Amino acid sequence: MNGFTASELNELRNQFPALHQHVYGKPLVYLDNAATTQKSQLVIDRITKYYSYENCNIHRGVHYLSQEATAAFEDVRAKVAGFIHAAKTEEIIFTKGTTESINLLAGSLDGFLIGTGDSVLVTGMEHHSNLVPWQQLCKRNQAKLLVAELDDRGDVSLAQYGKLLEQKPKLVAITHISNALGTINPVKEMIAMAHAIDIPVLIDGAQSVAHMRVDVQDLDCDFFVFSGHKMYGPMGVGALYGKEKWLEQMPPWQFGGEMVDQVSLQETTFNQLPFKFEAGTPNVAGVLGLGAAMDFLNQTGLEKIGQHEHQLLELAIDKLQSIPGIRFIGSANNRAGVISFVVDGTHPADIGTLVDKMGVAVRTGHHCAQPVMTRFDVPGTVRASFALYNTAEEVEVFAAAVQKAVNMLR
Amino acid sequence: MTIQEIQEQIVSEFSMFEDWMDKYNYLIEMGKEVPRIDERFKTNNHLISGCQSRVWLHAENREGKIYFTADSDAVITKGIVNLLIRVFSGQSPEAILEANTDFIEQIGLKEHLSPTRSNGLVSMVKQMKLYAQVYKLKQDN
Ligand SMILES: Cc1ncc(COP(=O)(O)O)c(C=O)c1O
Repeated sequence: MNGFTASELNELRNQFPALHQHVYGKPLVYLDNAATTQKSQLVIDRITKYYSYENCNIHRGVHYLSQEATAAFEDVRAKVAGFIHAAKTEEIIFTKGTTESINLLAGSLDGFLIGTGDSVLVTGMEHHSNLVPWQQLCKRNQAKLLVAELDDRGDVSLAQYGKLLEQKPKLVAITHISNALGTINPVKEMIAMAHAIDIPVLIDGAQSVAHMRVDVQDLDCDFFVFSGHKMYGPMGVGALYGKEKWLEQMPPWQFGGEMVDQVSLQETTFNQLPFKFEAGTPNVAGVLGLGAAMDFLNQTGLEKIGQHEHQLLELAIDKLQSIPGIRFIGSANNRAGVISFVVDGTHPADIGTLVDKMGVAVRTGHHCAQPVMTRFDVPGTVRASFALYNTAEEVEVFAAAVQKAVNMLR
Repeated sequence: MTIQEIQEQIVSEFSMFEDWMDKYNYLIEMGKEVPRIDERFKTNNHLISGCQSRVWLHAENREGKIYFTADSDAVITKGIVNLLIRVFSGQSPEAILEANTDFIEQIGLKEHLSPTRSNGLVSMVKQMKLYAQVYKLKQDN
């Protein structure tokens, strides 16, 4: 367990302007990173540079700016492929984020892979983004949504998951890391179990890409989706990775310019991968910003980032557990830098309001995972989630703020 | 007292607080003293939507004045609800419909009434005015 040295951490923090501000006269302690991370100056500068000097529509113009912007855009596609270790660059589809990636899949697979009387398997810890699209697809098709349940620690029961697989769902859609519980699912094993009976698997990587090394070929997942804004990149950009054998066959989801080959008033033939799935003008600035974010992550090192965040998690657990009546929601064996809790006799919203006044930004509520709240019988939780730039001192400030809030409320 | 006078009174009370801690301690105390809604009204019908914490509100018309009772599972929310009740309870429907809630901003709790805040206080004020509207219509008929 190494993480960063004090001076490394300081240098990293200096790259994030948003961290150096005061709220209510107190230094901001930003612990809502699972919702979105702050942006590094590199990312901000890249976007500014694009709009200042490079702005142009891509893939169409023969002129200089268009060619340059197209090349820069396609460079990032190759970078994303490298970042998640995809076999081919064409397997990367740019979207506006995790939610759109999943909706693209659900739209394209509707009737293609999943039809009347079929089923889709998810877990009880999915973010609404990886639950509602499948639930609605199932409704449209009189198909069944199968749900792998959680144990008291917030782990999926692999035995029950195996049993559900026997019902031969057409697709398994599971999150890599739970945004509400911090659970890191044993996705490699779960994918192997599904593949043993030829069921494709989608991994929701919204919470994993910025916190651990992801290798889609090693995992062997069929689809992998994520958002740029949770990995220090801009909002409004993300990606869908799909194995070529799937993407080649799947029908397009949205229609328009860019995704077509030949169009007459009666007929259209579609462009090849990856463009078939990218209708309309894309978020070029966002994609370039995402490229800068990945450069930054590569330079910083995902291994070190993971170690650092784990140290913060352990420290937070240690500091918080002395608060009488605290109950951690989610204590999986293998967990990421997310800590979710309730305190007897207090409401999460009240704790959130009070620690906010002490400069600490945490999330309260159901975290877009209402079934998880129902499963653990809580109205919501207080959630702190760590990023590479958080410090041990910030964790101490956070724990002291929670303690103070609880004292006020009880 | 008129709604305006009560609001001025609250603003002057809050001006005595030195810091946010005092202010919130006061809100928490207010929360504990909210005119409690009858348990049988704590149903989905009386639940205000858009709340991270749940808020139940009930209104009653006695001799042309409206009286509110409420509850919430979050105590700070309950404190603010109680402030609103203090302002609006015992007033006529017309007065409630005409009133503004600027005092919330003046006592530095604006963020609790912003539409981005998912604690439903905006819906709460709307609901109070809706009750006033209904009772006004009943009176006029
Ligand atoms: C696990 C998980 N999946 C999906 C999403 C949705 O991501 P986005 O809102 O960027 O589309 C989130 C974001 O909170 C998440 O944590």
